Amino acid sequence: MTTETARPSPLQRVSRILLSDYFVLYLSLAYVAALAPFYPVLLTPANISNVLSNMWPLLIVATGQTFVLAIAGIDLSQGAVIAVTSVICAMLIAVTGNEAVLGNAPIWGAVIDGDGGLLSGVTGGLAIAILAMVVAAALIGLLNGVAVAVFGMPAFMVTLVTMLVVSAFAIYLSMSENISGLPEAFIDLGKGDLVSVYFGAQEESKIPRKVIYSFVTYPMVIAIAVAVFAHYLLNRTVFGRYVFAIGSNIRNAQISGVPVRRIVVAIFVISAVCAAIASILYSARLEAGRPTLGAGTFLLDVIGATVIGGTSLFGGKAKIIWTFFGVLFFVLLSNTLNLMNLSAFQVDMVKGAVILAAALLDVLRTRITRETAR
Amino acid sequence: MSDLLTFEGLSKAWFGVPAVSDLDYALRENSLLGVIGQNGAGKSTLMNMIGGIVQPSGGRMLWRGAPYAPQSAADASKVGIAFIHQELNLFTNLSVAENLYVDGFPRKFGIIDWAAINERTRSILQRLSLDDVEPSVKVGQLSPGERQLVEIARALHNEAQLIIFDEPTTSLTHRETERLFETIATLREEGRTIVYISHILGDVQSISDGIAVLRDGRLVDHGAAADFPVSRMIKSMIGRDLGGLFPPRSNQPDSDLILSARSIGQPGVLEKASIDVRKGEVLGLFGLMGAGRSELARVLFGLDPHATGDILLNGQPLTGGPRNRIAAGMAFVTENRREEGLMLDASIADNLALVSIDRFGRKPFALVDMEALSTRTEAMKAELSIKAGNIARQAAKTLSGGNQQKVVIGKWQMQSPKLFILDEPTRGVDVGAKYEIYTLVDRIAADGGGVLMISSELDELLGMADRIVVMNRGEVIGSVDRADFDREKLLAMAFREVTA
Repeated sequence: MTTETARPSPLQRVSRILLSDYFVLYLSLAYVAALAPFYPVLLTPANISNVLSNMWPLLIVATGQTFVLAIAGIDLSQGAVIAVTSVICAMLIAVTGNEAVLGNAPIWGAVIDGDGGLLSGVTGGLAIAILAMVVAAALIGLLNGVAVAVFGMPAFMVTLVTMLVVSAFAIYLSMSENISGLPEAFIDLGKGDLVSVYFGAQEESKIPRKVIYSFVTYPMVIAIAVAVFAHYLLNRTVFGRYVFAIGSNIRNAQISGVPVRRIVVAIFVISAVCAAIASILYSARLEAGRPTLGAGTFLLDVIGATVIGGTSLFGGKAKIIWTFFGVLFFVLLSNTLNLMNLSAFQVDMVKGAVILAAALLDVLRTRITRETAR
Repeated sequence: MSDLLTFEGLSKAWFGVPAVSDLDYALRENSLLGVIGQNGAGKSTLMNMIGGIVQPSGGRMLWRGAPYAPQSAADASKVGIAFIHQELNLFTNLSVAENLYVDGFPRKFGIIDWAAINERTRSILQRLSLDDVEPSVKVGQLSPGERQLVEIARALHNEAQLIIFDEPTTSLTHRETERLFETIATLREEGRTIVYISHILGDVQSISDGIAVLRDGRLVDHGAAADFPVSRMIKSMIGRDLGGLFPPRSNQPDSDLILSARSIGQPGVLEKASIDVRKGEVLGLFGLMGAGRSELARVLFGLDPHATGDILLNGQPLTGGPRNRIAAGMAFVTENRREEGLMLDASIADNLALVSIDRFGRKPFALVDMEALSTRTEAMKAELSIKAGNIARQAAKTLSGGNQQKVVIGKWQMQSPKLFILDEPTRGVDVGAKYEIYTLVDRIAADGGGVLMISSELDELLGMADRIVVMNRGEVIGSVDRADFDREKLLAMAFREVTA
C-alpha cells in the first residue's frame, strides 16, 4: 500500500509494467515494430491474414488449458484429443472413401467404405458428427478429471498417459492414414470467410481467390465466442470463483465448502471439449481427418502461449485476455521465425527458449507480487 | 556487567514508512530481556537487523563496544548471535549431529571424523539434558520440544553468546515449555545473554529480568520485570487500557442443544468422545498437544472420517463432507490460518465471499451479482472492523495476523452459521485484535449461536468459556462449568495420564 503515496521508483515502474494485463500485448506490438523494418512482408495483408488464421484454433485450445493451469494442473492430452476427434469426425462424414488408403484400417467397412462415412448423406449428419466429437472429448476429459480429483493422481502423470493411449488409438483407427473427402459444409467451418479484403485494381472482372485476404472468418467467430464465454465463466460466475479458490489454496477450498471434485472434473472436461472444437477448425482447414494432428511440439505451443500470456503454472492466477495476448505473441513469433527462413529445428530451439523465458517471468512476477505486498 | 549489544538511533523504513525508528537501548551482558509488542510493532524488523537479514536505514549497532554492521546471517553468527525461530530451521531428514555440523564437518585424513562429531554432539545434548537422544537420530523423529532443544544445541555448538528466541513456545506442550525455561536458565548460568520475544505475556513476565515494549517501531516502555505486571505490558503495547484481557460474557447459554456428538470413535485418534454445545454457549475445549482436540473438530466438520458415533446438529444427523456441514449451519476456523483458512494472494473481498458465493449466483448461468456481493463484503468489513483500505484490491496476505483472522471469521459470518468451531482462534494474533475476536465470540453466542472454542491457552478459555471440556489422548475426561473453573483442576485433568 506504500506504492500509492511514494514516488514510483524505477523498480516499481518496471514491476507495474510486468504485472499489467496488457504487458504481452505491448510486447507483441514492440516485437512487430522492431522487426517490421527488416521484414516488410510482416505487415502485408497476406501475412496478417495468415497470422490471424493461425491464431484462432490455438486460442481455443489455450483457453481450455487456461482453466487447467488455473487450478495448478496441466493437461497434456489436448493434442491427442484433437487427433482422435479429427479422425472420428472424418470417418463419420467423409463423402467418399479410398480403399487403397484406408483398406487396412479397422474402421474400413465398419464405419467408412467407398460411399463415405456412416453419416454421409444423412440429414443433420454434420451436427451429429460434431456432437460425437464433443462427446468423445468430454469422455476423455471425464477420465482425466476423475483420475485427478477422485483418485488424487497427479495431473501430469494422468494426462501424459491419456496422451499416449489416445493418440495411439487415433493412429490405430485409420492406420496412420489421413481421411480425406470431407463435405464442403464442414470445410467452410475452418476456412469460410465473412469479411475479406481485396487490394488489387478495381476494374478486374474476375478476382483470383489467392489475392483475397480473409479477416473475419468462421474460425474467428467461433474462437472469439469460445473465449468470451470462457472469460465470463472464469470471471463472473460462481464456477469461476471456485476455480480460483482451488488454484489458490485447495485445502482452504475444501474446508470452505467448494465442491472441489466436481469442479476439477468439469475443468478437465472443458479442456478436452475446447480441444475438440479446435479439432473441427484444424480438420476443416486440412480438409481431412488426421491422426497425427496435435502431435510433436504442438503441446508446447499451447502451454507456452498460455504461460507467456501470464497465467501462472502455480495456479490461482489466470485470465482469458492474457491467454489471448499470449497466443497472439506466440503466433507472431512462429510467423516471424518462418519469415526469417529458419529451419524447423532452429524454430523449435528459439520457441523453447521463449517458453523458458516465460516460465522464468512467471516466477519473477510471483516474487514481485509477494515483495510489493510487504 | 558490560553492554553486549547497543543500539544508537537505530532506524529502518520501508518505502518511506518507518518500521523501527530511533531506537536507543543497551543490552547488558548475561541479562534476559523480554521483548513484547503487537504484530507490526517492529519486532521482526529489529531482529532482522540484528541478524543481518536487513540493513538499517539510520543509526548503528555496537557489539561489545565495537561497531557492528552485519551484511548477512553469516556475519551475525560469526560474532556469536543465534536465532531460535517460531518455525524451526532444522533439516528433518538429517540426524541431530548432521544438523549441528551442517555448515562444516571436521575431517581427519580427508574423511569426516564421525567419532569427534558424535562425542561433541553428545556432550552438548547432555548439557541440555537431552541424554536420551542419540546424535544419529533423525530430527524428523523428535517431538517439537526436542527439536527446539536441538536448535539450541546448534546455537551452543556455534558458541553463541546472544541467543534470540522468537515465539519459541507456540508449538510446545506445557511440559516442553517448562523444560525450555529450565534450559534457558542453564544458558544464563553459563554467562549467555538471552532475548525472548513472545505473545504469552505471563511467560515473559516470569522468566525475564528486563522487559522492553515496542509499539509502532518505537521503544515505548522498558524496565525491570519485577516492576512490570501484565497490566502494564498490555497498557504499553496498545497505548490504552483495555480494562482487562477479556470482554464480559453478555448472555447465559440456553438449555437447547445445537450440537450433540455421541461416542465419536476413530481408531488411534478418538475414543468415544462425546460433546454437547448449547444455544448461546461458548464451550471451551482444552487439552495438551495431541489430545485429539483438532482431530475431533475435523471429524465434526466432516473433514476426517469417524468409525463410530453420531453427530447431530439441531437434532438432525449430519452426514457427508464440509459442504453438507456448511449447508446445515456449521463454520470452521482452523488452526492453520495461512494453510487452510485463506487465499493469501487473493483479495480480502474474494476471501470473504468464498463460503457464501453460491448465494450470490444469479440464474441461469450463476453469474455473480457483483453489486450485492460487494455491498455484503463491505458490510462485513465494517462489522468486524477489518483494518484494510480497498478490500476488492488489497491481498489478504498484506494484513496483520489479527486482521487475517477476522477475514477468516468473516467469511463464515457471511452465512450466519449456527455453530462456530474455532480452533486456536487467537494464535499469532496481537493483544488488541485478540480482544476484538473475543468480543466477536461473545456476540455470536449472544445472538443464539453456539461456539466450540479450542485453545492451548487456558487463560483464554477461562476468560471466555461458559464451560470447559478437557480431552486427553482422544478421550473426553470431563466438563467443568464456569462457576467451578479452577486452573489447577483443569490442568490436572489435561495431564491425567502423565501424572498418574
